[in-house]
Amino acid sequence: MSLFTISGSPHVHSDTTTKKLMYSVIYAMIPAMLVSVYFFGMGAVRVILISVIASMLFEYLIQKYLIKGPATISDGSAIITGVLLAFNVPSNLPSVILVIGAFVAIAIGKMSFGGLGKNIFNPALVGRVFLLISFPVQMTSWPVPKPLFAKSLTDAITGPTPLGALKEELKKGDTVQQIMDNGVKFIENGKEVVYHIPSYMDSLLGDMGGSLGEISAIAILIGAVYMLLKKVITWEIPTAYIGTVIVFTGILWLVDPAHFVNPLFHLLTGGLLLGAFFMATDMVTSPMSSKGQLVFGLGAGILTVLIRVFGAYPEGVSFAILIMNAFVPLIDLGFKPKRFGEVVKK
Amino acid sequence: MAKTESSFKNMVITLFVVTVVAALALGGVYTMTKEPIAIAKRKKVENAIRYVVPGFDTIRKEFKVAGDDGKDSLTVFETYKTGEKAGTAIKTYSPDGFGGMVWIMVGFAPDGTILNTAVLDHKETPGLGDKMDIKKSDFSIQFKGKNPKNFKLTVKKDGGDVDAITAATISSRAFCDAVRRAYKEFEKEEK
Amino acid sequence: MNQLANFTKGFIKENPVFVLLLGMCPTLGVTTSAINGLGMGLATTFVLVMSNLVVSLVKNLIPDKVRIPSFIVIIASFVTIVELVMQAYLPALYEQLGLFIPLIVVNCIVLGRAEAFASKNSLLSSIIDGLGMGLGFAFALTILGGVREMLGSGAIFGFKFLQGDGMLVFVLAPGAFIALGYLIALINRLKKTA
Repeated sequence: MSLFTISGSPHVHSDTTTKKLMYSVIYAMIPAMLVSVYFFGMGAVRVILISVIASMLFEYLIQKYLIKGPATISDGSAIITGVLLAFNVPSNLPSVILVIGAFVAIAIGKMSFGGLGKNIFNPALVGRVFLLISFPVQMTSWPVPKPLFAKSLTDAITGPTPLGALKEELKKGDTVQQIMDNGVKFIENGKEVVYHIPSYMDSLLGDMGGSLGEISAIAILIGAVYMLLKKVITWEIPTAYIGTVIVFTGILWLVDPAHFVNPLFHLLTGGLLLGAFFMATDMVTSPMSSKGQLVFGLGAGILTVLIRVFGAYPEGVSFAILIMNAFVPLIDLGFKPKRFGEVVKK
Repeated sequence: MAKTESSFKNMVITLFVVTVVAALALGGVYTMTKEPIAIAKRKKVENAIRYVVPGFDTIRKEFKVAGDDGKDSLTVFETYKTGEKAGTAIKTYSPDGFGGMVWIMVGFAPDGTILNTAVLDHKETPGLGDKMDIKKSDFSIQFKGKNPKNFKLTVKKDGGDVDAITAATISSRAFCDAVRRAYKEFEKEEK
Repeated sequence: MNQLANFTKGFIKENPVFVLLLGMCPTLGVTTSAINGLGMGLATTFVLVMSNLVVSLVKNLIPDKVRIPSFIVIIASFVTIVELVMQAYLPALYEQLGLFIPLIVVNCIVLGRAEAFASKNSLLSSIIDGLGMGLGFAFALTILGGVREMLGSGAIFGFKFLQGDGMLVFVLAPGAFIALGYLIALINRLKKTA
């Protein structure tokens, strides 16, 4: 029997427990969840439920039969992974694929490293990227949002995301202005459908194609403010991340507005806000010191823009955060947090 | 037997002998396999031609021409069956694939109808763009028997007649681009 | 040493891929399907047996200070022979593996066995060691290729048992790392209990 039990950090005594932190994050995700249900209906409910249940089940089974450690299921981290995974997939994703994603997120992304606190990469993003590479067709056919009580304007069932549409048309040689004015043509069931790039108002509220959790900027911001007030997250990573994206895309836009879209578009479409507030800030996989966190955000911002603008994929948030996750030990080495009681060298 | 000492003379002699023996062995194998390798390579090209222009017996003309965008060159094979023209196979390319160059072989009947197509080489994403290969999906079948005179070789999204591969519009465009390039060359030859 | 143990050690106990972690480049590069893994494994086996044979024969003639360059020349010659012969008589397999065949030269297993085993042991032991290690390598590559083919394309040895595509990531490079990592974990687990 050991007298000392070693638990995951933080070791400082306070009434903050892992469990409390985790549940605050869950509460913060509720607005985005409600918006996704409003726009995608039962599909969103199904995706969230399956993803959460599967994640908890895999965590329970692996903890019990493979690691043979104490049950960690009640700390809520599997729920967060499940919801975040659901937030990162389209609402019409087949259930089987979703279960595979939850398995990869929990088994490969988290439990292989020894469980919560020991994983290098954000588990939900590991699951998401695995699915994106494995099932590219299913992961990139986005249902067009159909508000619960409103009539839908288009007959289309699936459509592109704003970033995806933009990227493809830019590659064809059109200018940003042309795409904004004319929309994007695509074929569904033999019929020609025109997809219009959503207005800024639509993307603020969430009326656009995309993953469950990324569509509504307002809902994410409400959750973010809640987490900041509760001190679940700190300001450094989101600020550095979003700031870098705005500055970088702003420079590109000022140089050539015909081929680079403005920073506001980059900010409101795609998963930037969701990633910056909910995924890059994951305590386990982000640097400890505030300087380190600024560096982390800066790197993620640069990578996101590079992938979005010059890479093969229209969206780069998941990849950028995962790549920066790998750099966290190195960043921590360079920007060590002060030890408790340490005297600052003059 | 005692181990050879590491003296300068011994080292030079050993390395010399080892390299000479290796060179002789390789030279021998090279001469032996030279012909089979050439035959195997030729057979691969002929198989591709036979696939897109079925039932020919001789290739009368074979030449390279520069592509219209100057990025690479096309190879034209004119095939005959018992003295009659059977069709023209053109090895063509598109630089605009998702993963770079796409090489395909297109067979045209003398009236310009596409007899068949075959993907030779590509670096498209597995599961998406690689569906242009007949082994992976039926995408390329829609070109069979179509005459580019009344079949627009662009994807429907761009106002053409080609059904694109789901979620791989860029690869589909590249395929169309390559076929278009071949047809342009074919028309030039016919004039 | 018992020749049987000498032969079988390459399969599990000293498996070049799962235990010694040698030759990772072809291991990760070619194993997109079981048949590719098998082809690469057998090509390596041939080179390994032949180089072990020759190195064991000439081990006393070669001065110590130039043994590494001599071994490399011997190995490179056999690799080139394999490449030429495969190109001539098995063009289909050559197309799949072509890029990786020349890399057998720098495969640490081949030089490793020549240096660590064949240059110190008798002719027969060296041949058996080369054969065992080579087949162990082929075995590992076939299993890895099989796992990746099953998960990635829903097929095994080209025979499809699943409609449509599998999890494509396993056909791509990241899948190679993931599959290899879990296979090694599994082997370690089995070795522990056995």
